[in-house]
Amino acid sequence: MHDGGHGDISVGVSGAAGDSGASATRITPGNALRPEDIALAVSRGAAKPSEDVAEFALRLGDDALILAQRLGHWISRAPELEEDVALGNIALDELGHARSLLSYAGGLDGRSEDDLAYLRREHEFRSAALFEQPNGDFAVTIARQFVVSYYQFELYRRLTSSTDSTLAGIAAKAVKEVDYHRDHSAQWVLRLALGTDESRRRMIHAFKVIWPYVDELFRDDELTGRLSEAGAAPQPSSLREDFDRLTGEVLAEAELEVPNVQPTPGGGRRGLHSEHLGYILAEMQVLAREYPGASW
Amino acid sequence: MTPHGNPEFPASTADSGSRSIDKAEDQSADRTNAAAAAEIRPTGVTGNVWPIWEVFVRSSRGLSHVHAGSLHAPDAAMALRNARDLYTRRNEGVSIWVVPAEAIASSDPDSKGSFFESPQGKDYRHATYYTKSEGVKHL
Repeated sequence: MHDGGHGDISVGVSGAAGDSGASATRITPGNALRPEDIALAVSRGAAKPSEDVAEFALRLGDDALILAQRLGHWISRAPELEEDVALGNIALDELGHARSLLSYAGGLDGRSEDDLAYLRREHEFRSAALFEQPNGDFAVTIARQFVVSYYQFELYRRLTSSTDSTLAGIAAKAVKEVDYHRDHSAQWVLRLALGTDESRRRMIHAFKVIWPYVDELFRDDELTGRLSEAGAAPQPSSLREDFDRLTGEVLAEAELEVPNVQPTPGGGRRGLHSEHLGYILAEMQVLAREYPGASW
Repeated sequence: MTPHGNPEFPASTADSGSRSIDKAEDQSADRTNAAAAAEIRPTGVTGNVWPIWEVFVRSSRGLSHVHAGSLHAPDAAMALRNARDLYTRRNEGVSIWVVPAEAIASSDPDSKGSFFESPQGKDYRHATYYTKSEGVKHL
């Protein structure tokens, strides 16, 4: 499948683009798997998801897309310019994951990443409720990011050994980025929780706001059951133990307790969303819908 | 109304928070437009600016760390992370140092003459000043 370096998408753009051409001064983009590679492979028919894998990729892609849109709102609004850039970087990482996953999911019926992002209606999105929760204050954003990154790390880590090679390739790229997101949010949880009385009060409040949405991430359903049997994806419930242990370590160090709150019913995986998603989509989709086919 | 018309969730709590900050800092005169910033600033203290750190990055083929720029961060651990986000976004580095800017002592730009012009004209400090002795190999 090595036709010009783009064929074997499970290992990304291969060969010559790697370190062999690097010099002390030249900056290389590296040779990781890009969304464009996936779109190309899909359009050539070199990669095609099963119906189940496409639906699963839609779930993860929508999670990442909606979170990226939420995080982007912090640009120019974070406590310091440096934190603007940090949150912007995380948003762009998530957007990259969304592009890869949606490009792949669209391979089932020939829809592009843009078709899926801009032209689906609210009930067609498959993101979990956590991702559309409002940014709140900085502590709420950090609490949401903390939960998301520890969940995504466990998920992507396991997906690297998926029987679906494209899914495994996307996960291999994403897991390194999400690992950094874990560190970023954990550092802030520690600083806010152990900072001043005010920052601690806000951190405790933030986890209380966010924690009801944690459960939905770890619920199994028929789709994940079939994918798990096929070795394509883990059962969400199987991630819970590691998630609880690792988040628990940070929370303990921050002298915080897991909030005792009632989980929300969820329903995002079936297209049932909270009132927030409609507003996000209105802002995200307005240009593409007002000017169909616009380019710039 | 929030900037994009989104029903931002903890508006009520954020409001009560900023009110308590307002009360604590009501006296400070230079606090005109800082309410929004204080709302998300962990300490909520007016004029509490993060210290500056100097960033040094070593590229993959470079032998030494090279000064890349500076940034704000609350402590060394966050300075390293901010440096990673600001100065290695395009595959520039394999190692980062951060140094508190105040820990750096620098030469006085006004004493350039006495500091840096003395070596001028001292050709004998360059190897090219000397003639090669006969019979010395490998020069």
